[in-house]
Amino acid sequence: MTEPSPESTATPPLARLSIGALFVGFLKVGLSGFGGVMPFARRMIVEERRWLTEAEFLDVLSLSQFLPGPNIVNVSVIIGRRFRGPAGSVAATAGLMLMPLVIVLLLATVYAEYAQILAVRNALVGMSASASGLIVATAIKLARPIRGSTWQIAICAAVFAAIALGRVSLLWVLLVACPLSFALAWRTRR
Amino acid sequence: MSSPVLWELAGQFFVLSLLSIGGANAVIPEIQLRVVETKHWMSNADFAQLFALSQAAPGPNVLIVSLVGWKVAGVLGGVLAMIAMSGPSSMLTYAVAHAWERFRDAPWRIAMQRAIAPVTVGLILASGYVLTRTADHTWGAYAVTGATLLLVLRTTLHPLWMLGAAALLGSFGLV
Repeated sequence: MTEPSPESTATPPLARLSIGALFVGFLKVGLSGFGGVMPFARRMIVEERRWLTEAEFLDVLSLSQFLPGPNIVNVSVIIGRRFRGPAGSVAATAGLMLMPLVIVLLLATVYAEYAQILAVRNALVGMSASASGLIVATAIKLARPIRGSTWQIAICAAVFAAIALGRVSLLWVLLVACPLSFALAWRTRR
Repeated sequence: MSSPVLWELAGQFFVLSLLSIGGANAVIPEIQLRVVETKHWMSNADFAQLFALSQAAPGPNVLIVSLVGWKVAGVLGGVLAMIAMSGPSSMLTYAVAHAWERFRDAPWRIAMQRAIAPVTVGLILASGYVLTRTADHTWGAYAVTGATLLLVLRTTLHPLWMLGAAALLGSFGLV
């Protein structure tokens, strides 16, 4: 079930983890951040519990970002699989999502209860303006590594224009942008 | 589980799951397109407020999906939407994880990662733009968006402070 890790270095990663440990570890990650929990996942997995080395975690992260799906859910699937197969993936993902789901649905129910009060509705209008700024900031931070490459900037701009300004369906944008981007990446490989 | 809207909800996110390259933040415009403009399940203002709620709760940013599900079909809708959004992509991830490790240094793998990066950034930038256009209708709102952006980029202040301050400004009718 467990793959031997090709890069076992100074801190040998654990060979085996219990289903319960996976569940509890990811339960903690789920509760630890707001608007994204990836930095907390890295801390728990690499620094606190030493399930993976830094290099192994980066490898898991790169696959999670490359494939469709919520990135952190993909991380929990891969790590659960590595230690415990399908049951491990289910346990890690269930641990990750359980509490956030309960809390957000409670929050929504409470909000619905008080939404007829003008000040409560207005507070949420203010929060949604701020939340939009958070996403723009996330995008700008992610854009830093690609700013040195002309073709990457061009692809980024084209995708932005198609989705944001053209309101083109995501499926069509991906069907055109992904092969084109891969062709450009392949031509410029070092 | 016989409610047709519940199945339709699950169907929408089942498809979105496999399109969500770059994670949940990258598919905000597509979710908005589907639930507001195509399905008329909610207004633009509802959508913007659900997004704000999802940012104010602890946990992964994919929570917006369960709030959309909740708005459409209650708590069951919220749980189902999350399962539908995570299921197909998780199975795909499970299936390819082993191969990915094996081809660590393959040129095609490195090229694929360089290819996906700008697509992801473009998608999330579009999310920011669409959310701003959806949420902001006053100069006060644009000011709050701009101030949040600057604070995140220039300081290490925790985003919850910004959401909290914006909520306070809003409740006094200033946004």
